[in-house]
Amino acid sequence: MTTENLPGLPEEPVVRRGMFGVKDSGDTSGYNRLVVRRPPKLSSSRPYGSYFDEVADALEPAFPDAIERVVVDRGEITFHVRRERLPEVMRHLRDDPALRFELSLGVSGVHYPDETGAELHAVYHLCSITHNRRIRVEVSCPDADPHIPSTVQVYPTHDWHERETYDFFGIIFDGHPALTRIEMPDDWEGHPQRKDYPLGGIPVEYRGAEVPAPDRRRSYS
Amino acid sequence: MSTTETEGRIYDVAGQDWDELVKAVSESSDERLVVNMGPQHPSTHGVLRLVLTLDGETVTEARTVIGYLHTGIEKNMEYRTWTQGVTFVTRMDYLSPIFNETAYCMGVEKLLGITDRIPERAQAIRVMMMELNRISSHLVAIATFGMELGATTPMLFGFREREMVLDLMEYITGLRMNMAYVRPGGVSVDLPAGAVDKIGEFLKIMPGRIKEMRKLLDENPVYTRRTKDVAYLDLTGCMALGVTGPMLRAAGLPWDLRKSQPYCGYETYEFDVPTQNTCDVYGRYLVRMAEMEESLKIIEQALDRLSGPLKGLPVMIEDKKIGWPSQLALGPDGLGNSPDHIAHIMGSSMEALIHHFKLVTEGFRVPAGQAYASVESPRGELGAHVVSDGGTRPYRVHFRDPSFTNLQAVPATCEGGMVADVISAVASIDPVMGGVDR
Repeated sequence: MTTENLPGLPEEPVVRRGMFGVKDSGDTSGYNRLVVRRPPKLSSSRPYGSYFDEVADALEPAFPDAIERVVVDRGEITFHVRRERLPEVMRHLRDDPALRFELSLGVSGVHYPDETGAELHAVYHLCSITHNRRIRVEVSCPDADPHIPSTVQVYPTHDWHERETYDFFGIIFDGHPALTRIEMPDDWEGHPQRKDYPLGGIPVEYRGAEVPAPDRRRSYS
Repeated sequence: MSTTETEGRIYDVAGQDWDELVKAVSESSDERLVVNMGPQHPSTHGVLRLVLTLDGETVTEARTVIGYLHTGIEKNMEYRTWTQGVTFVTRMDYLSPIFNETAYCMGVEKLLGITDRIPERAQAIRVMMMELNRISSHLVAIATFGMELGATTPMLFGFREREMVLDLMEYITGLRMNMAYVRPGGVSVDLPAGAVDKIGEFLKIMPGRIKEMRKLLDENPVYTRRTKDVAYLDLTGCMALGVTGPMLRAAGLPWDLRKSQPYCGYETYEFDVPTQNTCDVYGRYLVRMAEMEESLKIIEQALDRLSGPLKGLPVMIEDKKIGWPSQLALGPDGLGNSPDHIAHIMGSSMEALIHHFKLVTEGFRVPAGQAYASVESPRGELGAHVVSDGGTRPYRVHFRDPSFTNLQAVPATCEGGMVADVISAVASIDPVMGGVDR
């Protein structure tokens, strides 16, 4: 596969070549030149638009080295923060009069096995009732060292949310008062929401045909 | 009776003679008692387990244990198409299915960038269904609350009224609960003939029924003594614990996403955000009652639009690459693909058949990225964090369920109070374990 006739198209990273579902036999579909690429990492530059510039103005001077990149996408702003600085940044976001993100809507984990060195992400959604604004803070940590400082001291509501993220993704929130499993049984092995954890399930017979388990079915993406 | 000597004498209840146990406990000098309330206790709203440390009748420590209803909905969704996801999310918080669906669909629509292209009629139907659902959910909250305090009449009233809403839901969507009615791009099917009249009838009956309930409970001395100044949680506590919804509004903050960050066209409806400043169970009850009255106002306005200016307009996005190809119709075996559509794809158009097949089996692709959409559910802010990698399936969906977050307030509201007040404290949070555990 060459991309000489397609200038500006990134070479890597390629997710998949050829048509879906053809892995073990020769591709006779005619789609063998199909290349599916992973979307590039987004990074936005100023001006961000809307109230995002005001938020960034109040946040960035205080932490010039803590914010890795800023993404403005689909009308939402995301601050990617270095994990070591997370508690300070969160405290500043909560307490600074120009920011005042009093309400946190919890932590959501995402597992990106392809992002080497930053496989596990913790995503925080913050809401300012004073200014009626919303932002997102994203932190990542490598799979080999799944540690992120806990923010329960800043937002007590993160207590259960961090436990949930630990339970499902194995991210260890350092400094959490009692980081135990919350949804899965205490003696469960593995972290079910990770991409390398199988969904499980058994094939089911229906009117003579066998319907495979959901994670064995054909995937188009 | 086990008498392990680890932290003093431990008395276990395991189906033995109660007299023996009572005698043994009364002889003991230790007043501290650890009681497991739940997970199979009728007043814990499903399978919630509370570990209470009691000193006489006073709760000194309350610990909440959840996870008994974890079904892996978020994980399952990663193996289904974006449209199929609706069928899963509707089963999370089973008392407010329409809200789950709407939050999820708004997230997907945000990722697709089609939020502005959702037909106005679909938005009005969503608003109307959400408000109907809010009434049915609040009715269950108040009904079960009454029952948990030992009053059966509010329970009967509440469930009788809720049945009217569920009948409407069944008439419109085909199902009483878990209806998967809201879909990315609009709603699955337009209102059937006669729905407007039925909802109109409901709007005539319901205000009287709410008044009846208010007459029964608002000034009822037994009820007020069990609810006033119980489970106090002020604004600071709510903010710190991330508590939203009626609990927050009973602490005096008029924070309602329908007003502050409107979605689905809520900014065009006239309604008030009821608040109380008592921070207690009674205040939360009053907020819920007032919210039902406000919901009726919104339904009336939505109904006027649906039967007036929005009559006959589409309920699914015009974009053929996203909108579900077929309309549903009622057949002898229930709701299914309309016969006209079947005739079209099977008899006259090969392209339409391919299109139908591709969209139904493969689904549509959603551009990579992440989005967060939130709605004001009966229990507070219900948020959906939706992540796509550009494929036909969600890469990750996380729900910020209000019950999950609000349940964290149990120790703050129960510790130091009476054990009987734990029941009303938990009931005033109105947790639905399907939403908590997902």
